[in-house]
Amino acid sequence: MLVNVVDSLVSSLARETSPVVPDGAVQPMHIPDGFLSAPVAIVFWLISAVVVGYALVRVNRDLDERRVPLLAVLAAMIFAGQMLNFSVTGGTSGHLLGATLAAILLGPWAAVVVMTSVVSVQALVFQDGGLLALGANLFNMAIVGVFVGYGIYRLLVYLFRGKRWTVPVAGFVAAWVSIVVASLSCALQLAVSGASPANIAVPAMASIHALIGIGEGLITAGALVFVMAARPDLVAQEPEATLRQKALWIGGVLIALVLAVLSPLASAHPDGLEWVAERQGFLDFAREPLYNIIPDYVFPGVSNEALATIVAGIVGVLLVLGIAWAVSRGARRRAAHG
Amino acid sequence: MPDILDPFQPGGSAVHRLDARVKLVLALAGILAIAALPTGAWPVFTFLLFGIWALAVLSEVGVLFVLRRSLIAVPFALAALPLLFVTDGPSLTSFQLGRWTLTLTATGLERFLSIAAKSWLSVQIAVLLTSTTQFTDLLVAMRAIRVPRLLVVIFSLMWRYLFLFVHEATRLRIARDARSAEVSANSGGTLAWRAKVTGGMVGNLFLRGYERSERVYHAMLARGYDGEIRVLEAAPLSARERWILALGIALLGGLFFVSLLFA
Repeated sequence: MLVNVVDSLVSSLARETSPVVPDGAVQPMHIPDGFLSAPVAIVFWLISAVVVGYALVRVNRDLDERRVPLLAVLAAMIFAGQMLNFSVTGGTSGHLLGATLAAILLGPWAAVVVMTSVVSVQALVFQDGGLLALGANLFNMAIVGVFVGYGIYRLLVYLFRGKRWTVPVAGFVAAWVSIVVASLSCALQLAVSGASPANIAVPAMASIHALIGIGEGLITAGALVFVMAARPDLVAQEPEATLRQKALWIGGVLIALVLAVLSPLASAHPDGLEWVAERQGFLDFAREPLYNIIPDYVFPGVSNEALATIVAGIVGVLLVLGIAWAVSRGARRRAAHG
Repeated sequence: MPDILDPFQPGGSAVHRLDARVKLVLALAGILAIAALPTGAWPVFTFLLFGIWALAVLSEVGVLFVLRRSLIAVPFALAALPLLFVTDGPSLTSFQLGRWTLTLTATGLERFLSIAAKSWLSVQIAVLLTSTTQFTDLLVAMRAIRVPRLLVVIFSLMWRYLFLFVHEATRLRIARDARSAEVSANSGGTLAWRAKVTGGMVGNLFLRGYERSERVYHAMLARGYDGEIRVLEAAPLSARERWILALGIALLGGLFFVSLLFA
């Protein structure tokens, strides 16, 4: 009930101010500037820059020279596709983020580039999400959203291969999980920045996105059914051949697991995060002498446990991905020699 | 070809004429400085607000335009609302909500208002940047701050097709509404049916995009595209532009240190 009222209030405001936000759409995942503390924003900028940079290298290598028109035109398409919506109830509507759909149809690295373009242009031109917060928004929507969606989809297609309903059902579930996990990541960023207490932000974001995710899932499934009917060649159903490709979707599933475990923990111990926030986020800048705070600023995240845990989680996932990649590379080389 | 959705406001003011590289770097530095400001540095917030409004007047975009566009970040303030009641500090007032007692604290109020103010200032800077700078100039500026070339090239091609697809999506939506007499929540099929129709529209848009990208590629090939994107190097910044950049950054740095006094 309350969610409904808030929803319609938010959407009517958004519609007033932005020509590209669909009627009744709530997009609480685009963090504006001002909510993230400078260290959190910078850390996520660095992570996103590395991952997107690598995605660009991969796209450059894997796709032929038609990559530029393909990725650019599909980024424009996803941007426009986010405006398509269907009414749910009481003025609210279901709509699309598109990370999972892009990951299923284009593969994860191309999807990272497409979603990066969409989220960046939304921030740069339409102020839908902040510029300093863009690193965090890219992390949530172009990296976590894409890899979790891709990982869950591949896992389900692998488990239930060959059935008629596999693709739409796997697409629905993958899109739902992708939205919810991305929102958890968003809630944790807000909590670490001290902009919202974890014990409220995590359940609130998760429950709102559990609803929004249904819309995302239904549209993704509908789109997959349509594409399968018209161009079945674009929806590959056969399991991946190479170990490296498997490593990618296992990595996506791992990200989902890490965030799903981490956020209830953070939510149950908000004091810890709160304490991090106060030290990290300059909230208590006032009360401490400057010489005392500067080491914290220069080396964010070294001196406290909760942030270290989160960073460790992220680094752990990246490490697993890296090792899996290295192993698969080695395996491929051996196969090539043998 | 300007589009009604393009936030760029044509003009010949000094702000419009300033090099996009200078504007982009200053806007980013300004937003970074705002994020680093301590809670409750109200004099600095006020100074920045009037500074932004002065630029809005100078650029002939107008304060009202900037204010109207800045409302987009307002709904997100809801996320910070719980701070009002969960922060420890001197209590201002408390009231009952169901079985909970909510206590509004002064510290919580200050933190909430600071976040709201920072967010509002930052979004106004971004509005000012995009309303006085063509996207094509922003692309050059992005190259100058070392955004990967492939990404910038994709942005630039995306921009050419963005409004085309936005209008295509709008046409799809109008067509659906015309066929189904604008189905609302209470009429016109089940939720799953409505979702499937919308999914079909997205799939349709995807295929149009996919096939268009092939046509675009062939058109590029016909004009001599070989997979390599060549761009003209932008001219170096003039001495005046470099001064503006240096002074702007010095001012923001100075404001940051001044803000420490108020905290």
